[in-house]
Amino acid sequence: MPAFPQAANASTRNTHLRANLRHATHTIRAKRATAVAELDDWSRLRAAGAAIKDRTLRHLDQYLEQLESAVTAAGGQIHWAADADEANRIVTELVRATGEREVVKVKSMATQEIGLNGALATAGITAYETDLAELIVQLGDDLPSHILVPAIHRNRGEIRDIFTEKMSQWGRPAPDGLTDAPADLAEAARLHLREKFLNAKVGISGANFMVAETGTLVVVESEGNGRMCLTLPETLISVVGIEKVVPTFQDLEVFLQLLPRSSTAERMNPYTSTWTGTTDADGPRAFHLVLLDNGRTDTLADTVGRQALRCIRCSACLNVCPVYERAGGHAYGSAYPGPIGAILTPQLRGTQSELDASLPYASSLCGACYEVCPVAIDIPEILVHLRERVVEGGPASVRGTRTVIKPAKGHAAERAAMRAARWALDHPRLLRTGQRLASRTRRFHPRRLPGPGRAWSDTRELPKVPEESFRDWWQRTRGGSGTGSGTEGRKDTT
Amino acid sequence: MARIRRALADVPRAETPGEVPVERTYHRVHGDRSSAQTADLLAENLADYRAIVHRADTPSSPDTPSSLPALIARLLADRGATSVAVPPGLPASWLSAVPGAVRRVPDTAELTPHDLDAVSSVVTGCAVAIAETGTVVLDAGPDQGRRRITLVPDHHICVIRVTDQVVGSVPEALERLDPARPLTWISGPSATSDIELDRVEGVHGPRTLEVILTGPESAGQS
Ligand code: SF4
Repeated sequence: MPAFPQAANASTRNTHLRANLRHATHTIRAKRATAVAELDDWSRLRAAGAAIKDRTLRHLDQYLEQLESAVTAAGGQIHWAADADEANRIVTELVRATGEREVVKVKSMATQEIGLNGALATAGITAYETDLAELIVQLGDDLPSHILVPAIHRNRGEIRDIFTEKMSQWGRPAPDGLTDAPADLAEAARLHLREKFLNAKVGISGANFMVAETGTLVVVESEGNGRMCLTLPETLISVVGIEKVVPTFQDLEVFLQLLPRSSTAERMNPYTSTWTGTTDADGPRAFHLVLLDNGRTDTLADTVGRQALRCIRCSACLNVCPVYERAGGHAYGSAYPGPIGAILTPQLRGTQSELDASLPYASSLCGACYEVCPVAIDIPEILVHLRERVVEGGPASVRGTRTVIKPAKGHAAERAAMRAARWALDHPRLLRTGQRLASRTRRFHPRRLPGPGRAWSDTRELPKVPEESFRDWWQRTRGGSGTGSGTEGRKDTT
Repeated sequence: MARIRRALADVPRAETPGEVPVERTYHRVHGDRSSAQTADLLAENLADYRAIVHRADTPSSPDTPSSLPALIARLLADRGATSVAVPPGLPASWLSAVPGAVRRVPDTAELTPHDLDAVSSVVTGCAVAIAETGTVVLDAGPDQGRRRITLVPDHHICVIRVTDQVVGSVPEALERLDPARPLTWISGPSATSDIELDRVEGVHGPRTLEVILTGPESAGQS
């Protein structure tokens, strides 16, 4: 996997990809602003959401124990997985024990993070993605590029071609004469997948939340494919990161308000399912919960980086990020693209590879991501903290053991970093947008970075954020005529 | 677990979760509304997500309170429904005006997903409805049946008693719900925006959601 700047360089030259992405991010962020403005207590909900997650993370051991006993008491079975391999092994064995060779899947970041589909395929088990976008990605032998709308880099013509060519290899073929109208494409997917749902014996999912107090799992979705996978099969296996726990059922009142508005910009997403263990004669008879670490305890051990584990995967930070908008999701080289990917991936995987070392530089530090984040993760602070780790090394937790990391070998990381910086400078429009957003979020910017980030900012002057960018001033004072390209990102911040 | 404890070395041993402050200063409900206004907001938000809303909850409603069985019969006929899935505890009167030619399919454990795929419609009650978000919550109670019956058939008619089932907000709804039961929150019919962000309804769940708001007279516990 190439480091971020190389990958981004390739993807920014793909004008069609950029146009798709721009359309998507701008549409979603404008809608999101409206949905958020509807609630006059948004900032208080956001503070409560952050605080609940902090409470959980500081006492994660206790809440996970509570969760384990609640799930077990409700008829479920808990499995602990220290890393991706262990999680894949557990799931493979659970599927094997059912005697089945096919499973249906709900869209899940955790299973993508561990590469579950590949591991199952090696074991001779076929995993069918049932979210429409994930289906497009799977049939197209492609990778997701966005958390919420993973196939956003594809347009309708491409989707039609993928369906026509590939559906027959996976099951029911696409209808003859399929057009590229979204309704027709959705109908083709409905027919193709329905056959799978009705015959499925094993379902695999992630979860948006797990309630420690009651053992309840929550899945938030739109299409109903989640409901199909969660209720029709006989066995349900959920793979969930340990950070997804919340203390009480009541706490859901905060997150079920924050999440839909931040992610799809809706008052509520079309479907939310909750289940607690197993229920007689309704839904799966066997329920397995695989609790995934895979770098999360290392992230937890970092007192600055820990807050990244608050993330509820809403994707709002992607949609405001000027770097993501141009580079696209694939450039980040992991299941987590955009600003959250730039801080989560190097924490989960460490900063030793060139790609992971370059990710903390995949940002203009404009601060827009922090501003929209519904759980107030200070992404810029963590980026700077991780840059320091890449450049200067220092103490960190690796696979559960505290060690001192050396600066990346042969300054590969520094090279990657410099290239990323140069890449940003080579894209002046990107920098402008960043600056414009930054001047609007100026009051959040620290003069000097607090805590461990200080060493980094001592030697590398943080760019000063002007009150108003020159270009904005020019546009405002000269009426802004004829400079259409500079007006993007106007209605996006809230 | 030992790893997690090691990772939390900075947290003082004596600290309890309660000592990490969580300020719940957000609203329990947004705005002050009479129960009639709450019902109106529910109807508006349901319709905003393209559920089809029928009002039978006030004397001035076009669908008058006494007409619930007739209304359900009409909605099924309009769809050309030939069969309807029936939860075990659905009030008998609700389907009393539906002609015998429409096959009743009782919700039983033997009913397979394939059987359900051949059923045209389903009629259920609900556990609670949320006005601010336009959400209906099912908790698999006797008048709602198992989760699958509201999922596989293409047409779902859901009856909400305005008098005692409608709340304003998400926090108010959670207070009333039992986490031990499987819950399904429905806000409009199934939808996707995965193709160029164009909203398309009915990818997998019912393509049509019809909601009937009823008043006390016809809510009929019978
Ligand atoms: S970091 Fe915040 S904004 Fe980004 S996906 Fe996570 S919760 Fe959403």
